[in-house]
Amino acid sequence: MRTIRFLVRKEFLQIVRDRGTMAQLLFIPFVQLLVLSNAATFAIRDTRVAIVDQDRTPASAALRARLEGGRQFMVERVTSSVVSAERDLIQRRASMIVHIPPRFEEDLTRGSAAPVQVSVNAEEGAVAGLIAGYAQQIIADFASDRAAAFPLAVRMVGDDDAPVVMTATPNPARPGPLGVRFRTWFNATRNYKHYMVPAILVSLVTIIGTLVTAQNIARERELGTLEQLNVTPLRSIDFIAGKLIPAWITAMALFVIGLVAGWLLFGVPMRGPLWVVVLGAGVYLTVALGIGLFISAITHTQQQTMFVSFFLLMVYLLMSGMYTPIESMPSWAQWVSAGTPVRHFVTVMRTVLVRGGGIEATWREIAGLAVAGVAVLAISAGAYRKTTA
Amino acid sequence: MKAATREPAGVGSGAAHPATNVGAAVQARGLTKRFGSVLALDHVSFEVAPGELFGFIGPDGAGKTTLFRLLTSLYLPDEGESRVIGHDPATDMWALRRRLGYMPGRFSLYPDLTVIENLQFYASVFDTTVAAQMDTIEPIWRQLAPFAGRRAAALSGGMKQKLALCCALVHSPSILFLDEPTTGVDAVSRREFWDLLARLREGGMTMLVSTPYMDEASRCDRVALMQQGRILRIDRPSAVRAAFPRPLLAVTAAGEGAAVRIGLLAALREHPDAASVWPFGSTLHFTDRRAGPDPARLATELGEWLAARGIAATVRPISATIEDAFMWDMTSAEPAA
Repeated sequence: MRTIRFLVRKEFLQIVRDRGTMAQLLFIPFVQLLVLSNAATFAIRDTRVAIVDQDRTPASAALRARLEGGRQFMVERVTSSVVSAERDLIQRRASMIVHIPPRFEEDLTRGSAAPVQVSVNAEEGAVAGLIAGYAQQIIADFASDRAAAFPLAVRMVGDDDAPVVMTATPNPARPGPLGVRFRTWFNATRNYKHYMVPAILVSLVTIIGTLVTAQNIARERELGTLEQLNVTPLRSIDFIAGKLIPAWITAMALFVIGLVAGWLLFGVPMRGPLWVVVLGAGVYLTVALGIGLFISAITHTQQQTMFVSFFLLMVYLLMSGMYTPIESMPSWAQWVSAGTPVRHFVTVMRTVLVRGGGIEATWREIAGLAVAGVAVLAISAGAYRKTTA
Repeated sequence: MKAATREPAGVGSGAAHPATNVGAAVQARGLTKRFGSVLALDHVSFEVAPGELFGFIGPDGAGKTTLFRLLTSLYLPDEGESRVIGHDPATDMWALRRRLGYMPGRFSLYPDLTVIENLQFYASVFDTTVAAQMDTIEPIWRQLAPFAGRRAAALSGGMKQKLALCCALVHSPSILFLDEPTTGVDAVSRREFWDLLARLREGGMTMLVSTPYMDEASRCDRVALMQQGRILRIDRPSAVRAAFPRPLLAVTAAGEGAAVRIGLLAALREHPDAASVWPFGSTLHFTDRRAGPDPARLATELGEWLAARGIAATVRPISATIEDAFMWDMTSAEPAA
């Protein structure tokens, strides 16, 4: 125990003494949290749109006004020519075309189908989806106000998939002039920051924790201190513990501070019991840092370590469901995703913070992470012993 | 312990009778280590007596570091076996590690920790404290104490080596391995360092030291000359020098400059009786092929021979250094082993 205490003390001294590590640990994460949380947004504003109005009636003008009225769209051009609107799309002067065909008002008044076509530049899939969604909602609102039904064709330009045809209809379940209504649970205002801030925080503690631990043993190897330690009676389990504990304490401190900052600055909700999140973080960080130590034990230089770490972190960030929905991944990728520890911690975070779930809703993830943590630490201790015996 | 009172344990003497010298601090028999196709250590056998200061002399790549790593339990041998203070490094490493001190060739302490923090850290790894070990480290600590609060990175090369030695001694080991402890250290610090080793030797510490510096060999009780993974010869330094089998002459050119020395070197190598000619600093060491003649007469003859070719130089007979002996062993056809 005394040996571990001295190992921990030594690690903290080294962290505090090294200016680069201190900056890496204290300054950069919070700047990133502040900047990224404001910059990385799923809300899209002022999308430029070309409207082909071949009807030129009060009804078509009203729809145009609707589209222009919100903050989502900025009408770049109103034209009667499909060709010129498509030229706008191709030359990227506009990202979307709304095509109002002739006799739109007439069809609308008669109550027969009044088709509107929306064409979206699909180069950036997620953005295109959002834009189309906005447009669809506005048009559906318009339709329901008029108690009309008209087919809405959404065409993704630049995508090989066939156009998606949707019909904006009044909601048959409710009488009166009603349209499609989306109701979102748990995040009624759909504030993207409630979604992004926890994700960024998890990313940051994961990146920092993995890199700090992964570089650590490799650094000792490069310094030659590992060789010196290896001729001492220091046991590999003590060594691993001595490396893990300081990094764990540091990462936990970062996490808690970040969580408080998210709550104070971005109003991230904290609906469930906070101790569950902290418990989950503690268990999760044991796994993440243990993986860092494993990378450290199997690589020889800090450069190799960085390379392997970045590769792994990319998988974490893209496959954990933090930024990309798991449901839209192919099934093999969903299996990979299930294997990334960060995914399960993100689930715990969102369940507790946003949905207000407690330990009964998250114990499976936490228990799974705990098992993974024990396994990872055992493997790293073994790998460390193997490479140095 | 005086070198003269000991029977020199010759190469291979332990191999025939494994159990004869149970009192040896280190016994190695046929130690062999390969890295891929490279034979780093080729059936090395030797014994070190308790309290002995034993040197391994040889150029880079001779296998000195590999040998030390095998004996300190960092590597496992491919062939052969060894015992270090009664423990087999390959199977009994945990007991051995408590009792051995190792100073790796590269400075390998924490540069961002202070002198005292490094020392405390290594003491704690051995479950002891600096205060409890003060008797052992006192002679070295006295020199380090003024810099106790300084970070190791900010120490001079000589002080770094002393700190490394102090850290290797902080658990009062029974045996000390020092792998090229003075490489890259200035001449004064090297001498001070060897003075410290001499003090430890007086205290009865068994030490194995490797060095590429031939002049340091004379401070060892015995030396092993190593080359290409093999031990060429093991003997007391004086015996190594005395065993030099040929007359040796130091030739100094009268003029200055590299051109003059190169001309002299070329001329000497043309001499019909030249066995070898090596530059040693500003002089050249000329080894005569003939074992018999009086060196003083050979010196006169060689001076006249050079003068006849219009080269002005002074020639005097000298006794061989370890380096001469090493060069001779290295270039002679059959290694001593």
